[in-house]
Amino acid sequence: MAEFRLPPNSRIKKGKHFDASHGAANVRRFAVYRYDPDSGENPRVDTYEVDLDSCGTMVLDALIKIKNEVDPTLTFRRSCREGICGSCAMNIDGGNTLACTRSIDSVKGVVKIYPLPHMPVVKDLVPDLTNFYAQYASIKPWLQTRTPPPPDQERLQSKEDQELINEPAACILCACCSTSCPSYWWNSDRYLGPAALLAAYRWLVDSRDEATGERLDELEDPFRLYRCHTIMNCTQTCPKDLNPAQAIAETKKMLAERRY
Amino acid sequence: MTLSILHRATGVAMSIGLIVLAAWLANAAAGPEAYDRFAAMMATPIGRVVLIGWSFSFSYHLANGIRHLVWDTGRGFEKRQANASAWFVLIVAIVVTGAFWMVLA
Repeated sequence: MAEFRLPPNSRIKKGKHFDASHGAANVRRFAVYRYDPDSGENPRVDTYEVDLDSCGTMVLDALIKIKNEVDPTLTFRRSCREGICGSCAMNIDGGNTLACTRSIDSVKGVVKIYPLPHMPVVKDLVPDLTNFYAQYASIKPWLQTRTPPPPDQERLQSKEDQELINEPAACILCACCSTSCPSYWWNSDRYLGPAALLAAYRWLVDSRDEATGERLDELEDPFRLYRCHTIMNCTQTCPKDLNPAQAIAETKKMLAERRY
Repeated sequence: MTLSILHRATGVAMSIGLIVLAAWLANAAAGPEAYDRFAAMMATPIGRVVLIGWSFSFSYHLANGIRHLVWDTGRGFEKRQANASAWFVLIVAIVVTGAFWMVLA
């Protein structure tokens, strides 16, 4: 039977309102997605009035303030608070980014905060990334060699060869890109998504890696790689300013070139 | 993302538009009376919208298709370049459609 309504766990209700501004002058409203699958209730959007004069500058600071001072049940991942761990990836003001590097000032009006799109929600802003990590593991993100290493030193690279992997290796696996990709939304069971493909590219261009052929074999598949239709959301949204779309295009080129 | 889904939408629109093209040919083959009836139908406001829509779909899909071909060579992936080419493609599609109908009119 065709389903014409969203499943209950996708129907978002209006939530509670918390005024934590205490009559302060510089107040901003935060609308935050809340969902607890165990409760059996629909997701809801709670709103919080936050006094910005007693709050840090980033969206993560506001979330931490809300959790500490207003509503301890609010659940989200965070760790490094400086954009290197990738834990606090979420959808802020309609775009996927890191809460710790997105300033509150850069958002106009109500700050709307949702979990990363189209992922199962564990609780509130915490998405289930099991599949995402499994896909990363599937591209074998480690150095594969057949020749023995030089007896007296590491496998060395030229400066130019290192520069090839500099950018793709800077990926922090926050999943902002993959969860912004419509192809990934519809086909995440078979399409690897931009993050895993960027990681695959990082090993394809590594001058020390000796499994380039096998890696390309693994990617030559109508879904795993070729579900990328160059929609460009990945590159537009990447909080680290990396370019998964370009890496995927280069991978497609490598596949085309080895055929002829 | 908008241009990507518009690329698919115009592709679908063009395919459906082929029915109109087939009808045009069929009516042309069926003789002058049938052809006149068809031409009159296409001259109505609704017919005009369909034809202008089809020609826009064609020019947009063509321009954006070239953009995709350039991407396939690994070029134009910087955010700045991609945004610029997006606007360029949209403007080209609108100008080509406008010019086409100006020449026709």
